[in-house]
Amino acid sequence: MVAFLLILIPLLGGLAAFFIKNESTVKLWSLLVSLTGFVTICVGLINGNEATRNFETDWLPMLGSSFALKMDGMSALLCLLATITYPIIFISTWNNTYKAANSFFGLMLLTQAGIIGVFLAADGLLFYFFWELALIPVYFLCSKWGGEKRIAATFKFFVYTFVGSLLMLVGLLYLYNQTPNLSFSLQALYDVKLTVAQQAWLFWLFFIAFAIKMPVFPFHTWQPDAYEQAPTAVTMVLSALMVKMGLFAVVRWLIPLFPAAAIEYSNIVIILSVIGMVYASILAMQQDDLKRLVAYASIAHIGLMSAALFVNNESGLQGAMIQFFSHGVNVLGMWIVVDLIEQQFGTRKMSELGGIAQKAPTLTILLVIVALANVALPLTNAFIGEFLMFNGLFQFNGWYAAVGGVSIILSAVYTLRMIQKVFYGNSNAVTATATDIGSMAKIGLAIIVLVIFVMGIFPKPVFALVHDTVTMILGIYK
Amino acid sequence: MNLIIISAVWGIVMMFSGLFIKSKSTAKTIALVGAVALLIANLFDLGGVMLMNTNFNGMLLFDRFSLVFLTVVIIALIFYFLLSGKHIEEVGNHPYEYFALIFFVMCGVALVAVFNNLLILFIGIEIISIPLYILTGSDKRNLKSNEAALKYFLMGAFSTGILLLGIAFIYGGTGSFQVENLSVPSKDVYTIFLASGTVLVMIALSFKVSAAPFHFWTPDVYDGAPTVFTSFMATIVKVALFVGFLNLFSNAFSVRYADWKLTVAIITALTLFIGNITAVFQQSVKRMLAYSSIAQAGFMMLTVFAINDMSKQGMLLYAAAYCLATIGIFSVLVKMKDYTFDGFNGFAKKEPLVAFVVTVCLLSLAGIPLTAGFFAKYFVLAAAVKTGADLWLVIFAVLMAAVSVYYYFRVIQAMYFKEGEGHTIETNPMFKVVLVLVAALIILLGVLPSLLTNRLIF
Repeated sequence: MVAFLLILIPLLGGLAAFFIKNESTVKLWSLLVSLTGFVTICVGLINGNEATRNFETDWLPMLGSSFALKMDGMSALLCLLATITYPIIFISTWNNTYKAANSFFGLMLLTQAGIIGVFLAADGLLFYFFWELALIPVYFLCSKWGGEKRIAATFKFFVYTFVGSLLMLVGLLYLYNQTPNLSFSLQALYDVKLTVAQQAWLFWLFFIAFAIKMPVFPFHTWQPDAYEQAPTAVTMVLSALMVKMGLFAVVRWLIPLFPAAAIEYSNIVIILSVIGMVYASILAMQQDDLKRLVAYASIAHIGLMSAALFVNNESGLQGAMIQFFSHGVNVLGMWIVVDLIEQQFGTRKMSELGGIAQKAPTLTILLVIVALANVALPLTNAFIGEFLMFNGLFQFNGWYAAVGGVSIILSAVYTLRMIQKVFYGNSNAVTATATDIGSMAKIGLAIIVLVIFVMGIFPKPVFALVHDTVTMILGIYK
Repeated sequence: MNLIIISAVWGIVMMFSGLFIKSKSTAKTIALVGAVALLIANLFDLGGVMLMNTNFNGMLLFDRFSLVFLTVVIIALIFYFLLSGKHIEEVGNHPYEYFALIFFVMCGVALVAVFNNLLILFIGIEIISIPLYILTGSDKRNLKSNEAALKYFLMGAFSTGILLLGIAFIYGGTGSFQVENLSVPSKDVYTIFLASGTVLVMIALSFKVSAAPFHFWTPDVYDGAPTVFTSFMATIVKVALFVGFLNLFSNAFSVRYADWKLTVAIITALTLFIGNITAVFQQSVKRMLAYSSIAQAGFMMLTVFAINDMSKQGMLLYAAAYCLATIGIFSVLVKMKDYTFDGFNGFAKKEPLVAFVVTVCLLSLAGIPLTAGFFAKYFVLAAAVKTGADLWLVIFAVLMAAVSVYYYFRVIQAMYFKEGEGHTIETNPMFKVVLVLVAALIILLGVLPSLLTNRLIF
């Protein structure tokens, strides 16, 4: 039931938002809706048991598809991420104004419903349904409220992901026809016995869909453009939540469905991921635009996670799942800072900024913490995840860990360079009039910093949460 | 049976009421009454109540699939009249005749859907085609309309000849016109007659449903014909011919499936490729829709390729989804002054509701979930996957579906995101209500396709 509510609340809240004409009312409404979602999952996690969390009802019996939602540890973690990021996004972008705000917030909430649906669906067709549904509102959000080249960039993004998901649909249909009673239910699909040859090409059909979403090198080219052109609130959703859809799908669908192929091709996937990490880090160092810098940094981080998912050991999987959450929170923090800078100075170019630290000390402190978390310094949440992932990668093959490790160094380089260029040095004409951030943004960033430290010091609850998923995956590999 | 008789009779009624009623605008009302009568009669048929019960010595076969399909088509016709009836009146000086011709076409549609004999199929196709030649040329002061009509007529007559030749060959091979007797040649040496007959019929039907490489007439004819009639030709007529195609190949030729499967697969792939790729380069929305109808025909060809229980469900859903969406878009297009993509710039600002409905229709055509178009595509793809072989065709089809997103979304981009003044269009509350109803139906079928496919069973 909790699972169902988590989808229903943003869905109905989003539809209602379309009818609220007043901008500040619709902002408040969206915040309330997103907070309700957060409270719902907290209650569900604290009080609920498996029966109250999951949900199932008839949908299309003649196709063997039902409206089945399943909340295991990993999806609970990701739903938690989805419900916690939304209030933060709304709070920290509180002062941004949008034309046709009702549509903007309505679409934002619909996106959330779609994303949460992906995290929960335990039925192949339903999963595909939500997978696509999450994309449609994002398409409209980016194309309408984005930057100058928004139409082309968003369209590229849309077509890329659409091609991927259609390929996945073909694979899904094939798999469905192999089930004995023609059923889309997760368990029935898991139980299908496939030959290694069948697994091999089905694996790629699914993997390409997920790889485009993540994105893994060489399917990443849509991502920097889309992140750059999207309105920042949407970029936050894209990079904190939407990329997790791909990673999540690998764990829930790809590996359990095609374990033999996952082992066979793990080398290829990991090599691609490692290339992506280093390549994206190098590109991140070249960027002048803050949004593009964070976008490339994000590709590097995602590369590590996708590699860790395929290493076939506990450490890698656990680290990746924790990092799902940590990366979501940290990258959100980065985007908030970028947005604050853009709103205040009207530019995102590092070369045009400088010396903000003296004028805006709070912003600087909060940013430095977020940035250090992004570099995965100990005591921050990302450290645990990255440490475990590298450990896993090392156990798999030391060389991959060594090459991938370069990206950590590089990430420190570009992050610190960014801090230095934007916040230190001499202020110029643009930044001379800088003021510190408003109280709403402070709250948003403060929550993120809090999460960073709490998780960095006391990660045990998260380990406990994802334990069942990790065990399940390792069991399948055996 | 009721449908065949009533639509023919109502065509005559329409023609004669033109003599006695001078007011132009009454035509639409009478036509609507006729369409509702068709719907009721057909629902009676579906419920097993035959007003006139004869099957002409087994030459007609009223199975569940045909009757449900005809219901879908008639509902589409009612929407077509409600949305575009006014524009049919405005095409020329003879509104009653246009409506009469449409009813005659409906008679042919019914015959094509229920035929159980090749002669009935032939007659049905001719009854459909001849009124369409006239409708295409009905804007007689427009040179393009004349050209389109002549082209359509010449090409149509040619393909009819091929169809007849094919039927003759099949008759030579099997000694029968009855569908159930066509699978086996009467003597083994006659196999060659049956085979060449099958190929000729396949070519002729491909021509009629505008499958590549027999599609060349389509863009010119659809573009040249008055837009209201393009809407009718591209939807109701096209899906009806497809049902004829599907029925013939699944009922008569399924025994020799292995022999013609590859040919159909190639036709399907070509149609998908040519339709989608050419649509990308169009500047006019009307011409884009013409190519898109070829592209959609490619998807419907998948049902002929698959020939299994899924393909009938798929055909039904595809017919519903495609007709509703295309009729919806055309009803708005016909009101636009500028048919180019740029003509839609800023449209959403001026007409938010209409733009929303058009968006739903376009999303449905592109096959995005939550719209009927998704499940339509889903069923035809599932049917093709179910055959278990030739998965290359399915993968090719989904790649082409991704291409189709490009040109459908161009309209959405123009309406919502491009800067522009935007035209207002002449609408009335009734038009908007019907449009919203179309969108609601598309979304309803997009969530619960079983509402329609279950009709095949119960």
